[in-house]
Amino acid sequence: MRQMNDPLLRVDNLTMMYGDRVGCKNVSFELRPGEVLGIVGESGSGKSTLLRSISAQQEPTKGIVEYQTRIDGTRDVYQMSEAQRRLLMRTDWAFVHQNPRDGLRMNVSAGANIGERLMAIGDRHYGNIRQNADNWLGKVEIASERLDDLPSTFSGGMQQRLQIARNLVTSPRLVFMDEPTGGLDVSVQARLLDLLRGLVHDLNLAVIIVTHDLAVARLLSHRLMVMQQGKVIEHGLTDQVLDDPQHPYTQLLVSSILQN
Amino acid sequence: MEHVANNPADGAQAYNFAYLDEQTKRMIRRALLKAVAIPGYQVPFAGREMPMPYGWGTGGVQVTAAVIGPNDTLKVIDQGADDTTNAVSIRQFFAKTANVATTEKTAEASIIQTRHRIPEKELREDQVLVYQVPIPEPLRFLEPRETETRKMHALEEYGLMHVKLYEDIARHGHIATTYAYPVMVDDRYVMDPSPTPKFDNPKMNDMAALQLFGAGREKRIYALPPYTKVKSLDFEDHPFDVQTWEDECGMCGARDSYLDEVILDDKGNRMFVCSDTDYCTERQESGHRGPQHHDQPLGSSQSGKAAE
Repeated sequence: MRQMNDPLLRVDNLTMMYGDRVGCKNVSFELRPGEVLGIVGESGSGKSTLLRSISAQQEPTKGIVEYQTRIDGTRDVYQMSEAQRRLLMRTDWAFVHQNPRDGLRMNVSAGANIGERLMAIGDRHYGNIRQNADNWLGKVEIASERLDDLPSTFSGGMQQRLQIARNLVTSPRLVFMDEPTGGLDVSVQARLLDLLRGLVHDLNLAVIIVTHDLAVARLLSHRLMVMQQGKVIEHGLTDQVLDDPQHPYTQLLVSSILQN
Repeated sequence: MEHVANNPADGAQAYNFAYLDEQTKRMIRRALLKAVAIPGYQVPFAGREMPMPYGWGTGGVQVTAAVIGPNDTLKVIDQGADDTTNAVSIRQFFAKTANVATTEKTAEASIIQTRHRIPEKELREDQVLVYQVPIPEPLRFLEPRETETRKMHALEEYGLMHVKLYEDIARHGHIATTYAYPVMVDDRYVMDPSPTPKFDNPKMNDMAALQLFGAGREKRIYALPPYTKVKSLDFEDHPFDVQTWEDECGMCGARDSYLDEVILDDKGNRMFVCSDTDYCTERQESGHRGPQHHDQPLGSSQSGKAAE
């Protein structure tokens, strides 16, 4: 019997080497359903390497990534067959890229973008797919009349929200986000964060969010991991890490933000 | 090297029988065997340069050259017609290099090479239909990476094909794809039926004849063995449907065949005529008449057939 408190994702001693260079080293953590984990650190600290290795996009040199699947129990994602892994990645997982162009199909309409995952898992009723896409457009605060428009006609913020809708339509339980607010101006960032926080709460999503923006981390994440030179140097509750940083690097990071 | 079929009396002296050398034909036949064994799967083959440009049917010509024998009778059609440039030149090519009999009659042919159409007359078990294919990959326009599309075929990830159909309905209110309409072969591989009109898709299903597809530029061969299940993709609430015409064929009065529109003058007059010239001729010979038929010699009104 699976318990609510069993970890959804378990990462054990994950190491990714690029030849002699360290991508990330000996990272271990657990993530429970509905929990939001922020990974912060400066550019080149191994955040994105870590995210790629956890999300089955790049096999690590060493270490284990285990996921609590819906039907098969706990599985090592790199021991699954490629077919199973890809199915997992497009149903129970979601990826929000920093640049929405990486996560969207720019040459088909917003509706088709949202519907793609539904069609990939066998939905073959046009009316239902369209209805579902329309609902999701509403949830991410895009007007229904834009359903048949191409994403290239959308603003950056709308594209990012569309990417989120497209990912969440199959009700995933785990979402990976790589700098989701990266290229957006401050007011749009705030609105997107607000939306994300609402969705994460309403849908009980577990999220791993990579960001260099401590404000984003503070707003969204429950727990925080601070990385430097491929290693996790500090790990704890978000408020605890940000209000009482222990490691000199974290102290530097926190103090570098303008306080009011 | 075998030279059994290479009797100079069989064809133009400078060429091997059917132009290609025997090793090349064996290579293509091996690819064909694999293609027949895995219906709908695209088999790579070492396509050769042919004495005609890509886009003129170099894939189909290589397949035909690999399967044709001295006793075969060849028919070549382009858009259903026997008398268009592409059809005439390929027919002459094999008449010259293989010295085989050629025909315009569907029933008399043992091999039919086609661009864009399947003959209206039902094909038999002793016939082979060879398609000229420009783009063999049905997923190409949504996923340009070949590595990715191969993986999608391997893992049966075909949701993307429906994204295209969804987009059609969203933009046009119905599935507006009218040619190269994707099909599911034997419940396994999604296949591009080459740019045949979707009117012909139902004929591919359970066909008695062997169907071979050759793409020269992209060097791919695929096949449908006789009596293979071929299903056109669709949505539950937007089922697959073929084109229909309100008019009948102006020459033979047929209502069940694929019709081409022909502009007659600059005053808005037009007529519809069967795209399958053999079918139309045969009907006229057995006494069928359409409204525009004035018992003129054939060909005069058809030489201006609508272009693609």
